[in-house]
Amino acid sequence: MARHVIAPVDEMPPGTRKFLEIDGRPIAVFNIKGEYFGLMNRCPHQGAALCEGPLIGLAQSKDPGEIEYTKLGEIIRCPWHGWEFDIRTGQSYCDPRRFRVKAYPAHVEPGASVVKGPYVAETIPVKVESDYVVVEL
Amino acid sequence: MNIQFRESQEAASPLTTKTAIADCDIHPARATRTELYPYLAKRWQHHLEVYGVHAYQGMMEGPPYPKAQPNASRRDAYPPEGGPQGSSLSFMQQQLLDPNNVQLGVLNPLNTGQGIRNHELSAALCSAINDWQIDKWTSKDKRLKASIVVGNEDGLSAAAEIRERAGDKNFVQVLLLSRNVEPLGQRRYWPIYQAAEEAGLPVGVHAFGFGGNPITPSGWPSYYIEEMVGHSQCQQSALASLVLEGVFERFPKLKMVMIEAGFGWAPSLAWRLDKTWQRLRSEVPHVKRPPSEYIREQVWWTTQPMEDPERREDLFDVIKWIGWDRLLFATDYPHWDYDEPSRVLPAGVSEANREAFYLGNAKKLYGIS
Ligand code: FES
Repeated sequence: MARHVIAPVDEMPPGTRKFLEIDGRPIAVFNIKGEYFGLMNRCPHQGAALCEGPLIGLAQSKDPGEIEYTKLGEIIRCPWHGWEFDIRTGQSYCDPRRFRVKAYPAHVEPGASVVKGPYVAETIPVKVESDYVVVEL
Repeated sequence: MNIQFRESQEAASPLTTKTAIADCDIHPARATRTELYPYLAKRWQHHLEVYGVHAYQGMMEGPPYPKAQPNASRRDAYPPEGGPQGSSLSFMQQQLLDPNNVQLGVLNPLNTGQGIRNHELSAALCSAINDWQIDKWTSKDKRLKASIVVGNEDGLSAAAEIRERAGDKNFVQVLLLSRNVEPLGQRRYWPIYQAAEEAGLPVGVHAFGFGGNPITPSGWPSYYIEEMVGHSQCQQSALASLVLEGVFERFPKLKMVMIEAGFGWAPSLAWRLDKTWQRLRSEVPHVKRPPSEYIREQVWWTTQPMEDPERREDLFDVIKWIGWDRLLFATDYPHWDYDEPSRVLPAGVSEANREAFYLGNAKKLYGIS
């Protein structure tokens, strides 16, 4: 499993997302409230660029009339037909048995470890003194 | 909301190896509120500024149900130069026509001048939309063909508009909507069918329209999803009316296209009509043959939204009843329920049927060589 340096941390503040292509695969990395998530940017339904959709919450209901709205900002809604996926797991909320979008672990690593570790830093010049967002695939 | 988009849209590859297709339901939009003014007499520009537009139902500042996504459209379909989705020819070429190798694209403008209470204004707006379709779209890209939009509630002025455009190769059909003041078979709409038949143009009936009646047969629903599935019920009433009022009998060369309301319901509607007609035939003696015969001979269906049953055999059974020669592929671009050409048809369809489905039927129906 290769690990890829995506960006210096200060270039990806909370609420931002970054689109890139790794090994021919379209990937998006999100910073949600300081946590990082990587997702395949292709919707398993009909192939839209899933990660260009809005981040919403999860509306659920135990009984008609009772609505719970949780996971605010953690559900991605496809820009085409609006299918919803959990950004942490890639799980679909529309047809969870059949559809899931590939999720890739993403996190922050200090520059020192990035420089000596097995990382692929394609376009980002890496300096020892800063932190980097890293995605694994 | 933390919606973000890429700074520049991914450029679609200009070269494509995909097989040519027809897209029989594309929605062009106006980039600005006043984009139609050059095609409208000063009198109507002034009228719009002072009095606005009044439909047959209230609360028309926005649509009665918000449509799931902005402008009911794909979020990735905003043109880079600004304006609503569907308002840029170059972006439509780049996002839809080129990468999918669309050889024939049929334009169905919505929010036109149809269903407006002032019939003169309705006719003026429809005519302006037709000029605009030539100017902005069909004259600039030969793959695109327009639909003649008509002031539907005034059959005579609608027929005049059709006759004026007849023979103009920019247009390939007449466009009506499924919700009107009365069911579509009623006499007031007959001049439209007569003119279309004379001109040799199919009449497309697209879902939507604001006729002043509740948008489902059982009243106003709570949710947008009910409006979405209600389109098929509405289309069924329209089709039953066309058969039972004798439109197909009276205009035997008339071709109707049911647009954006599914087709899975067609066989059961036809079976039910046939059975009831056997018992009540004397009420409608002008309907000389079983209703299903008119439907199978004179009706075509666009595919978006396509039924998506768990067993593909169920879909094939329905299509077999309708006929592989009756379906017209459509994406509904740029709307949010867009169908991706490469992903809609399950495996197991013969080469000949695929070709008819994606291109052949449309070329034949619309007379494109
Ligand atoms: S392509 Fe994503 S929901 Fe259909």
